[in-house]
Amino acid sequence: MSALAEIPVLSVNQLSIAVDNDGTPVPITDDVSFTIGRGEVLALVGESGSGKSVTALALMQLLGAGLRIARGEIVFETHDGFRTDVVRLGAKGKAIEALRGARMGMIFQEPMSSFSPIHTIGAQIAEVVQVHEKVGRAAARARAAELLGKVGIPDPVGALDRYPTEFSGGMRQRAMIARALICKPSLLIADEPTTALDVTIQGQILQLLRSLKREFGMSILFITHDLGIVAQMADRVAIMYSGRIVESGPVRDIFRHPVHPYTRALLDAVPRLGDIDRGRRIQPIAGAMPNIFDAPSGCRFHPRCPVRDMPRCAEKLPPRAEVEKHFVECIHGERELAK
Amino acid sequence: MSVIDVPAATTKSRRKIRRPDLASQWQLMWWKFKRHRLALFGIVVLGLFLVMALFAEAIGIGPPGQRDTAYVAGPPMLPQLIDAEGKFHLRPFVYGVKPVRDKVSLRMTYQVDTAQIWELGLFVKGAPYRLFGVVPGDIHLFGTDKGFIHLFGTDFTGLDIYTRSVHATRASLGVAVVGVLVSFILGAAIGGAAGYFGGLLDDLVMRIIEFIRSIPTLPLWLALAALLPRDWSPLATYLAITVILSLLGWTWLARTVRSKLLATRQEDFVLAARLSGCSDTRIITRHLLPSFLSYLIVDTSVAFPEILLAETSLSFLGLGLREPVESWGVLLFAAQSIRSIDQAPWLMIPGAFVIVAVLAFNFVGDGLRDAADPYSRS
Amino acid sequence: MSALLTVDHLSVRFPIRTGTIWSKIVGHVHAVDDVSFTIMRGETLGVVGESGSGKTSLGLAVLRGTEPSGGSVTLAIEGRSIPVTSLDKRDLRAARQHMQMIFQDPYASLNPRMTVRDILSEPLVAGAGKGSYGSRQQIDALVVDIATKCGLSRDQLNRFPHAFSGGQRQRIAIARALVLRPALVVCDEPISSLDVSIQAQILNLLAELQQTLGLTYLFIAHDLAAVAYVCNRVAVMYLGQIVEMGTTRQVYFTPKHPYTEALMSAVPEPDPDAERRPILLSGERPDPAHPPSGCRFRTRCPYATETCAALMPPLRPAGDGHLVACHYADDLKLRGALELRGGTEAAVQTNG
Repeated sequence: MSALAEIPVLSVNQLSIAVDNDGTPVPITDDVSFTIGRGEVLALVGESGSGKSVTALALMQLLGAGLRIARGEIVFETHDGFRTDVVRLGAKGKAIEALRGARMGMIFQEPMSSFSPIHTIGAQIAEVVQVHEKVGRAAARARAAELLGKVGIPDPVGALDRYPTEFSGGMRQRAMIARALICKPSLLIADEPTTALDVTIQGQILQLLRSLKREFGMSILFITHDLGIVAQMADRVAIMYSGRIVESGPVRDIFRHPVHPYTRALLDAVPRLGDIDRGRRIQPIAGAMPNIFDAPSGCRFHPRCPVRDMPRCAEKLPPRAEVEKHFVECIHGERELAK
Repeated sequence: MSVIDVPAATTKSRRKIRRPDLASQWQLMWWKFKRHRLALFGIVVLGLFLVMALFAEAIGIGPPGQRDTAYVAGPPMLPQLIDAEGKFHLRPFVYGVKPVRDKVSLRMTYQVDTAQIWELGLFVKGAPYRLFGVVPGDIHLFGTDKGFIHLFGTDFTGLDIYTRSVHATRASLGVAVVGVLVSFILGAAIGGAAGYFGGLLDDLVMRIIEFIRSIPTLPLWLALAALLPRDWSPLATYLAITVILSLLGWTWLARTVRSKLLATRQEDFVLAARLSGCSDTRIITRHLLPSFLSYLIVDTSVAFPEILLAETSLSFLGLGLREPVESWGVLLFAAQSIRSIDQAPWLMIPGAFVIVAVLAFNFVGDGLRDAADPYSRS
Repeated sequence: MSALLTVDHLSVRFPIRTGTIWSKIVGHVHAVDDVSFTIMRGETLGVVGESGSGKTSLGLAVLRGTEPSGGSVTLAIEGRSIPVTSLDKRDLRAARQHMQMIFQDPYASLNPRMTVRDILSEPLVAGAGKGSYGSRQQIDALVVDIATKCGLSRDQLNRFPHAFSGGQRQRIAIARALVLRPALVVCDEPISSLDVSIQAQILNLLAELQQTLGLTYLFIAHDLAAVAYVCNRVAVMYLGQIVEMGTTRQVYFTPKHPYTEALMSAVPEPDPDAERRPILLSGERPDPAHPPSGCRFRTRCPYATETCAALMPPLRPAGDGHLVACHYADDLKLRGALELRGGTEAAVQTNG
């Protein structure tokens, strides 16, 4: 890992997000902490309901109605000396608006709904520049065309005047990437950007993100449930389960020596292309992720855990163990990490 | 949405012993509907109107056609609890009135006579009536021990506005119910046919609907109502007006039925039923109809105020129902002239009934719309 | 082994309608175009392809959930052959007890207004099995039996679908498909809307049920790894046509069609040390309403020549039952799933 990656762009500390349930806040994510270094790709992995998407939205203060940040800080600092705590900025006002789309960009799963169908692609991308920088319309259009070219859209100048519906899913996703990157953000948050795409198109988009990352020198928070994409894209991985990060570390460590029983189970549950040759059987995880309103006590994975130690695991949260930046939250963590 | 799936029913289930997993569609809808305060309020108000329409004779003070020559164009008489000397009365009362001739206009006006106290009572004996035309009775909801009470005043012929408004509920809601019912049947049948058979029929029906909807409604009503022979009996006019309103009102429902039918037919569970060998009849009755019935009810609840207002407007213009049939619109017809607004503004009180009823229907409609899809995941 | 399902020159066309006042048909989308294959009893045939490849239409057409516009589907049940495509409405309803479907989205495929018990008993009470399953008690016994086999408990039967998670709902959907004890089950993307940890449960359940109930699957999916895991043979579809078909090994390890190779290379392997040599196809899939001339893949194929634009390659044998529709199947040296992952270093060659 390069030395630059040691300098954090984003440090999230003990972030808790709560949903309002008829007046009583119920935590959706609990004590989430991670950092993303410069030029680094961190994959936040989890199944639906794990809280990975709300975490991403919280980073830009985009939580919907009923959700709020209950605790924690989100420190964002860039190479030009800019430093702020996003939590303190609040969800409204000039400060956070200047951050969104300029210093932090975001791309979503659904390229269909992220563009307004009544404005041209060019107008919607140029708008971002004009909002954040003092540039004229022509200059903004030129920038938009340049970016569209960079993300691999053929005839970028002509594409400026086309409408989102004239684009295919893959092209729309490229346009969304262009819009997210036009102000050269230090951090790109990518929330399942390829889930809605075909596998051959997904390959194109992943390749594009890799090359743009190098070109722009940005960091990426990649949110996904697909372990194959994680292995291809990420430098480091954080695994979320029921609102908590249960294990995090460098991608090789996580895939070669997974420690948390959930991470292990997840890796064992995925079929691989070579399985027919090796005669490997996939191992399902029994049960399902708990509803946040009925989250189990202690370690939240214990009802499904094959190596649980009852009643210890149900009594209190397991301690966090660490060996060389490989964190794990499991009572067996210390012992397993030492191996 | 990959955020967090919070089924509304689960959050509730923690407080009461409620089993959303065992709850049917209607139970879930009721739970969701109950969370809508205004809609509940609307239901209560509509319930009161229904009671009013059914038991108008008992709720009104006397026969609606009875003219009180002792109190013509008299203002509303408000029940009091504290008299002029500041004494508190346990039973509400109204002051007596005495007629006074205005010296300038020479009109009769009424002055409150604080010397006379007419006490009010609940369920007092009064004029005899026959409930539903059959059950004899003489108990009225309230009345005075002596003298009289005209809660909302009287009109220029001495008719009690309160009693007439209560009786008018019958005709007004009656037109609305029958009108909506006829629209419902027409709309469901025509829209259902268009959606189910599709093709040329669908095209044809849609074009006709668009044509009907493009005609400005008021002139059309006027034209149709003008066609009604003047010498028809009030009852015949009443029925004809209802039919006219529903002939124009079915289009919205036909559209909803058609689009819901088309959407539901695409649902996987309908295909699954077909693939497991279910007959068309079974698919329609067991899968399609229950799926959009709730939406139809919503649309119907929205249609009520429309027809109610349509009847009121027509009658107000003198083209709808006519005396001696009483509807809110007919009552308001009397409040048209400058003279009446100037000398007896209380003639407009029936308008308040219309407003309250329309608001109540809209609140209920809102609540129903929220509850119509209890399975929505967002 | 004998053939259970024979699909012969099957085509599905959807009309494209436009019109200002009267809608009229202005063209057709060939969702499935001249597709033929057979499935042996007890076998699983995988159909892979991307969106718009026609794989779902194919599955529906086999069951006549969509009316085919040409070709035939024949089912061989107990020595009798059932010409599915030429049955009239009544006979088709009866024939449905032999062929069932599992859908992609278990939220959409279960009627939220019916209890699980009603959902599971509907095929017996009102569906293809109507009148042949005896009393209410006998039917209930069958429902409980299949529910148990699918991992549902008896007390869950009185609940409504909204009380269940995605994985459990899919179990209900599977139980509904199997309650008639069909011979053929079309699984249309049965795991793609489920979470990773649940996918494995459902894949293993399907495999287990195939063993105990002797089922034959037509398994439609875009997840190549899952297909490899459950299928004996695989057909690769592109724009309504089968471009390659063979045993899973043949198709995955020695692909003969450039599209198969590209598909294999695009699957991200959950291994950070796996070699990444994806063959990135240029462009996107053409509009199925206006497919290109000749070979439909030629607009994206790195090996395409003029011949490909002029002639449509037929699906032809390439040895050992392996079928491929490519003019250059014998000449191209394509890489399979293992080579693409760096399994055998020597075989990996950089491609232009």
